[in-house]
Amino acid sequence: MSDVAERVKKIVVEHLGVEESKVTENASFIDDLGADSLDTVELVMAFEEEFSVEIPDDAAEKILTVKDAIDFISKNS
Amino acid sequence: MFDLSGKTALVTGASGGIGGAIARALHAQGAVVGLHGTRREALDTLAAELGERVHVLPANLSDPAAVEQLAKDAEAALGSLDILVNNAGLTRDGLVLRMKDEDWQTVLDVNLTAAFRLCRAALKGQMKRRFGRIVNITSIVGVTGNPGQVNYAASKAGLIGLSKSLAQEVASRGITVNCVAPGFITSAMTDVLNDDQKGKLLSGIPVGRMGSVEEIAAAVVYLASAEAAYVTGQTLHVNGGMAMI
Repeated sequence: MSDVAERVKKIVVEHLGVEESKVTENASFIDDLGADSLDTVELVMAFEEEFSVEIPDDAAEKILTVKDAIDFISKNS
Repeated sequence: MFDLSGKTALVTGASGGIGGAIARALHAQGAVVGLHGTRREALDTLAAELGERVHVLPANLSDPAAVEQLAKDAEAALGSLDILVNNAGLTRDGLVLRMKDEDWQTVLDVNLTAAFRLCRAALKGQMKRRFGRIVNITSIVGVTGNPGQVNYAASKAGLIGLSKSLAQEVASRGITVNCVAPGFITSAMTDVLNDDQKGKLLSGIPVGRMGSVEEIAAAVVYLASAEAAYVTGQTLHVNGGMAMI
């Protein structure tokens, strides 16, 4: 597993308070991990801070799963 | 009760009567206080009076960049922004038929838009810390209306709608958003009234006098406190009973 993937998963576990085993790459923040819309905004803010990237609103809207986040950050940081 | 030790607060418009009283009251409860205003001298005088735990942060709220910078400066100076009091406000009164676009826009920019921008900026840290208190100073006329003040009343009604919506967005994060709505308060804004106007006004106030700035500050202290955690999206009217809403 890449470093980015591990750090993304760590943030998701910490922020949403979910079991690490549930945070698979295909897990949807809202449907599988119980996030609400405010959680997803907070997660994007946390990713921006952790990886020093800027995630524009239109890109943030498309980050629905753990994999979406990993892919965006890998490409843009 | 209402101890604010270890909390940080930014009060906009602290060079005015009500803002100054709010800053003094939050400071007296133990908070570290950031004083925003446009009149540097008045802020320095208040800062000198308060002594420690105080920072002076002048900014022009009608300039969007200056508002963003104020939020950053406040977080840097205070270390965090637990309590935000959007008190800064101005009036450009006139009958609608004679009101210029500029008079409308300036009042909306400072009274409503700057408050929105400061809320947005303060929320980031508050959400992370799972604690925040936002108190927006609105006005009785935002609820009742007042001839000659369509711009001011619209901005103050806007603050109430903003507060109710934002309160629902962030309630789950330990952040409350409320309004305090002063009635007629002895301040520079009401000093301009003549005796005849004051007489008419007092006849409509059951308590029979104008309110004091300290009475507004006390309401803000309550809403900023840990004790008010279960109060959000509300407007606390401090008006001597002139409107019971």
